[in-house]
Amino acid sequence: MRLLKKLVGAALVLGGVGAVAGWFLSAPVGLDAETLAQLGPGDAARGKRIFSAGGCTSCHAKPGSKGDARLELAGGLELKTPFGTFVPPNISQDAKDGIGAWTVEDLANAMLKGVSPAGEHFYPAFPYTSYAHMKPADIADLYAFLKTLPAVAGKAPGHKLGFPFNIRRGIGLWKRLYLSSEPVIAFPDGTPDPVTAGRYLVEGPGHCGECHTPRAFTGGTKKSEWLAGAAATEGKGIVPNITPGEGGLSDWSQADIANYLETGFTPDFDTVGGAMVDVQRNMAELAADDRAAIAAYLKAIPPHPNGYPAREKPAS
Amino acid sequence: MRKLVLAISMLAFAGSAASADPLQDRQALMKERGKIAAGLSKVVKGETPYEAASVLTALQALQANAEKFDAEALFPAGSDKGDTTAAPKIWQDMAGFKETHDNYLTDVKAAVAAAPADVDALKTQFGTIGKDCGTCHQTYRIKKG
Repeated sequence: MRLLKKLVGAALVLGGVGAVAGWFLSAPVGLDAETLAQLGPGDAARGKRIFSAGGCTSCHAKPGSKGDARLELAGGLELKTPFGTFVPPNISQDAKDGIGAWTVEDLANAMLKGVSPAGEHFYPAFPYTSYAHMKPADIADLYAFLKTLPAVAGKAPGHKLGFPFNIRRGIGLWKRLYLSSEPVIAFPDGTPDPVTAGRYLVEGPGHCGECHTPRAFTGGTKKSEWLAGAAATEGKGIVPNITPGEGGLSDWSQADIANYLETGFTPDFDTVGGAMVDVQRNMAELAADDRAAIAAYLKAIPPHPNGYPAREKPAS
Repeated sequence: MRKLVLAISMLAFAGSAASADPLQDRQALMKERGKIAAGLSKVVKGETPYEAASVLTALQALQANAEKFDAEALFPAGSDKGDTTAAPKIWQDMAGFKETHDNYLTDVKAAVAAAPADVDALKTQFGTIGKDCGTCHQTYRIKKG
């Protein structure tokens, strides 16, 4: 009996220590002063490139909108994932419902650290684990560009998540595993410029790995199968392998990749489909050098076999 | 090994010759469409020299191919099963699916009617047509491995 009491006591103390440690370890952490100092004044014209590379409209434009209306970033799309339904928020310039009242530091903390102006964690459906690789100056440019876009009133509905994913604080622990500004793929010194420039666009603003890399049960991307393709997180089907491995882009030349990003045609004359349609249209807005850099990087990364199960051939 | 390859290619041939199966019919139609588009793209990219008559022939072939596309016949109820990349959305929104294809047909017809006089004119028209391809595949097709 005394032993049991002792055990219970020890468990309570340990649990308490664990809870306190967990509370500290899960705390949202913003950027340090040194990083914030690198933001600079920002330039809207340069920011447009970042906006296109990031494909912000894919998630934040009003669902179903076309043409210039896609610059009305009212949010509201429903992303149905195994963790629940995420709804991208209004990031238009509306001061009340959007992010019109945000400072450039607020945007930097959101994109590089996943921390809101109120000091809460954002869910990583907002792909800050990719944006964490971005240069602060590019965030400032993006901020300047966002300022040129219209204010749209109306808050998007909140996320619909079940336990335990509805506990925001828990994301702090997840970030300790998955939030890093170090490049995913390390290249040796002397690697040519287009490859490293492409790495920046793919791993950072382009956030290609968010869909093209398989995820662990925690929802984090498996860096050991970087860009190997994955079962679609949303809906049915797959997202293709874009490494030079078997099933991937081994048969595509660099020019093929760049041409696909520009025109939407694959080398064997299939066309872009699914969620990639919007991505490709944004990539078409970039300079040819940027598309060539992305292609150079994709040819330089480690090859992997497909990160999704083989297609089931139904008996006919 | 050689025998196996031969057997598979014969099967594939038998498949393309059959016509009672809407899956095979629509896949053959899309394959043909891709081939014609490939030829035009080579001209746009400057890999094949621009030649007005052959470009017009290719565009006409694209129109003939598009006119053969009968959504109801190629995508009958129940043909969402099997080895297909057709999205369920087709059967949920047949009207929208048809309209999307009609837009494509309209743009192809416009290109034929305008008979592009040079590579730049073709480039613009081909760009519009290519966008139509993406618009349909965005909603009505699922990528499979």
